[in-house]
Amino acid sequence: MLLAFDTATPAVTVALHDGEQVVAEATRVDAMRHGELLAPGIAAALSDAGVVRQDLTAVAVGVGPGPYTGLRVGLVTARTLGLVLDIPVYGVCTLDVLAAEAVDGGTLPDRFLVATDARRKEVYWARYDGSGERLEGPQVARPDAVATDQPVAGRGALLYPEVFPRQVAPEHPSAAVLARAVTEEQVTLLDPEPIYLRRPHVAEPVRPKRVS
Amino acid sequence: MSAASADGPLVLGIETSCDETGVGIVRGRTLLADSVASSVDEHARFGGVVPEVASRAHLEAMVPTLERACEIAGVQMWELDAVAVTSGPGLAGALLVGVAAAKALSIGLGKPVYGVNHLASHVAVDQLEHGPLPEPCLAMLVSGGHSSLLRVDDVTAKIDPLGSTIDDAAGEAFDKVARLLGLPFPGGPHIDRAARSGSSVAIDFPRGLSSGRDLERHRFDFSFSGLKTAVARWVEARERAGEPVPLADVAASFQEAVCDVLTRKAVDAAVALRVDDLLIGGGVAANSRLRVLAEQRATSKGIRVRVPRPGLCTDNGAMVAALGAELVARGRPASSLDLPADSSLPVTAVLG
Ligand SMILES: [Zn+2]
Repeated sequence: MLLAFDTATPAVTVALHDGEQVVAEATRVDAMRHGELLAPGIAAALSDAGVVRQDLTAVAVGVGPGPYTGLRVGLVTARTLGLVLDIPVYGVCTLDVLAAEAVDGGTLPDRFLVATDARRKEVYWARYDGSGERLEGPQVARPDAVATDQPVAGRGALLYPEVFPRQVAPEHPSAAVLARAVTEEQVTLLDPEPIYLRRPHVAEPVRPKRVS
Repeated sequence: MSAASADGPLVLGIETSCDETGVGIVRGRTLLADSVASSVDEHARFGGVVPEVASRAHLEAMVPTLERACEIAGVQMWELDAVAVTSGPGLAGALLVGVAAAKALSIGLGKPVYGVNHLASHVAVDQLEHGPLPEPCLAMLVSGGHSSLLRVDDVTAKIDPLGSTIDDAAGEAFDKVARLLGLPFPGGPHIDRAARSGSSVAIDFPRGLSSGRDLERHRFDFSFSGLKTAVARWVEARERAGEPVPLADVAASFQEAVCDVLTRKAVDAAVALRVDDLLIGGGVAANSRLRVLAEQRATSKGIRVRVPRPGLCTDNGAMVAALGAELVARGRPASSLDLPADSSLPVTAVLG
């Protein structure tokens, strides 16, 4: 029983896959509440599917790129579950999950892009061939630097229609797609390490108040 | 369940509110493990904690620190009765890593999770060293982010603030003065060391909110911003005059000013509230002069002083576990899985 989730975008998405099919899935979109939504989402998926924690045999987690705070919620959850349940944890590039769904969704030309919101007026992007194989990226860039007439999946396309005129589904990653892609060995498995693509923003030293 | 056993509940605590990734394990009031990974070295060159650097370090340190704590305690995770975690106050992104890890443990173990207040944990930790906390007691928490006087009637349910800093925290003043003197970050231990060979009466630095109308309006509040500025002015005047800066004397006189105000106000509060026990916690409680002066002044008023050993005063997971164990022992309700990280959790909220 594979538990899959991704928190690298505004979506908090959770799914369970029993080796044959997805047996539970739920996605909530709320960019500010990853930390609050993920654990209840996992608990709900387990109970919906009538699965107990001891049934889990592996965890698959989206490793970004994505805004860091949400991304880390998924990664630390995956790693800690892996530790306590003594099961393997597989990382998958979040953009690959979007690409897998875009390919499933219909005929795409030989090249397409996935672009998600990197904030600070930038996008995380990667380029794929028609089969969903990643050719370039992931990278972070200003949208106009990667402007294209090729189809573009992901929220980045909706945010910057002037440079990404051909928008295709999906907008957010789905853990059900992630679970299927991992089970069917359609994606490259990575270590559960975050893809940040930016160094910490420390140009101006800040002095946060410590708490006691 | 072992919560009911004579030894008390077996609880793991996670602390990630600032730059220390702490995991502690206690059984009741007995400390079994206190494992801390710090990213302080990564922040030193910035002269303060960089939130994103701290958050990244928490993610990397979490699993190894959990493993180390279990190994030190000789405990298997499935044996735990509960998991506790700092859910606030602190750096939002840093807190979130610990809270998410605690929830994952809760799901993976099928055990309850308690989101707890960082400040209340600083109070509860003393039980690991000095046994049950006398209630009520007065707690003075002093660190890089906080300087507060609290009345503690029940460490699991009722903590009321009496006063706090109106500008810089005491530890922040130590950091800033250390930087002024060319000492490394964090400044507390370096000032403490330098002060040992200096004279505490060499320079008469100001005591904030300690006289006249200030004292009337802010009897139990602190202010260290003026002190820091006074030290800066004094040092600059020396340098302008081309005279050497007597580092040890400046350190000792500055430290004396901080400790004088802290201990005077704490003892005054204890006397005013007719509370017989004063507990001092937080990173600045590790300061050697603060301990001595507090002891002297409190004893003369018949007040007992409790200060945990320095390793328990700075941020750690054991303090969170200590509070968690007390919450379990007193039958407090656990948190739900949608527990948020609350960067500004008020001290009156023991449970997040
Ligand atoms: Zn603290």
